[in-house]
Amino acid sequence: MMQTALQVLDREYLEARCALLELAAALDRIDRAHDHEGGTGDLNDSRLELLNQAIRTLSEESHLPNRSERLLLLFSDLG
Amino acid sequence: MQIIQPHYHAIARTAQDYERMAMSGVVAVAEPAFWAGFDRLYPETFIDYFHQISEFEPTRAAEYGIKHYCWVAVNPKEAENPKLSHEVIKHMPEFYKKPTVLGVGEIGFHKTTKNEEEIFEAQVEQAIKYDQLILIHTPHLQDKVRGTKRTLEVLSHMNVNPERVWIDHVEEHTIREPLEAGYWVGFTLYPITKCSPKRAVDMLEMYGHERILVNSSADWGPSDPFTLQQCVVQFRARGYSVQDAIEIFHNNPARFLGQNPKFDIKPIQLEAIEENVPV
Ligand SMILES: [Zn+2]
Repeated sequence: MMQTALQVLDREYLEARCALLELAAALDRIDRAHDHEGGTGDLNDSRLELLNQAIRTLSEESHLPNRSERLLLLFSDLG
Repeated sequence: MQIIQPHYHAIARTAQDYERMAMSGVVAVAEPAFWAGFDRLYPETFIDYFHQISEFEPTRAAEYGIKHYCWVAVNPKEAENPKLSHEVIKHMPEFYKKPTVLGVGEIGFHKTTKNEEEIFEAQVEQAIKYDQLILIHTPHLQDKVRGTKRTLEVLSHMNVNPERVWIDHVEEHTIREPLEAGYWVGFTLYPITKCSPKRAVDMLEMYGHERILVNSSADWGPSDPFTLQQCVVQFRARGYSVQDAIEIFHNNPARFLGQNPKFDIKPIQLEAIEENVPV
């Protein structure tokens, strides 16, 4: 028997919350190090851009399915 | 490296944990009185529990060369029953005379109710009267901010010395106020629901090393005593010295708990030559 959506949410809520917090903390950590070394403006790195794009994908296209597949494609070298 | 695990619910853990902690450098644990997973019905059940943590656990830990200390209290979840709580509180002073009891804890809020507040105040008053250290639990998840604010409000009207009070389970959104008010704060490393080793090191970088304790609060729930060692590794991996790590994971608990003379593990200082040796 497949679980109901609410049952899945019950199981997943805290883990998803934790993953978001870890992500927020990691981004803060990068910013702090950048500030500490006297960096001005945003840190330019293509990986950071990919992370930001992934976050945008999750929020702006949150209604669409296959989120994990789309993120993996985003992080893939398709050339 | 020597470590003190300042918040550990040993009765919920196995002897194997003691053995593995000993192998990873843990020299002492302190066990606050907490919820058993169900609400106890009789004052005597608490008294027996206090005997267990103040008499039996030290002998079990000693087999592995670990010193075991404890705290007595009515925890926040069971403080919802004032009649029972007052009955238990009456018996707590008998335990302050025991050689390994360090103070009153963990007390504080779970749902931040009136009953919890009454019992919290009664226990703080008793701690002041008997000159005991105080350990305060702050609520989980969405109740944490409200409970922490109320804790600080209640304490501000009482005659406590903030240096003898440890406010535990703080996270990024609750650390500032207690620290600025002069209290000790604790990070609890927990899988999923509390602080993670990495976030703890972030806060150490942001707020410095003073008056901060780190613990893994291992208990009967999904928890792991070794998140504390993970935090040490994470801290060292970011380039801090062994002595810096000792300051946080050994000397700070020795300083706070050592305010009670029964806790006789002193801060340690490595010889300069030994710095930069890997963990
Ligand atoms: Zn606890």
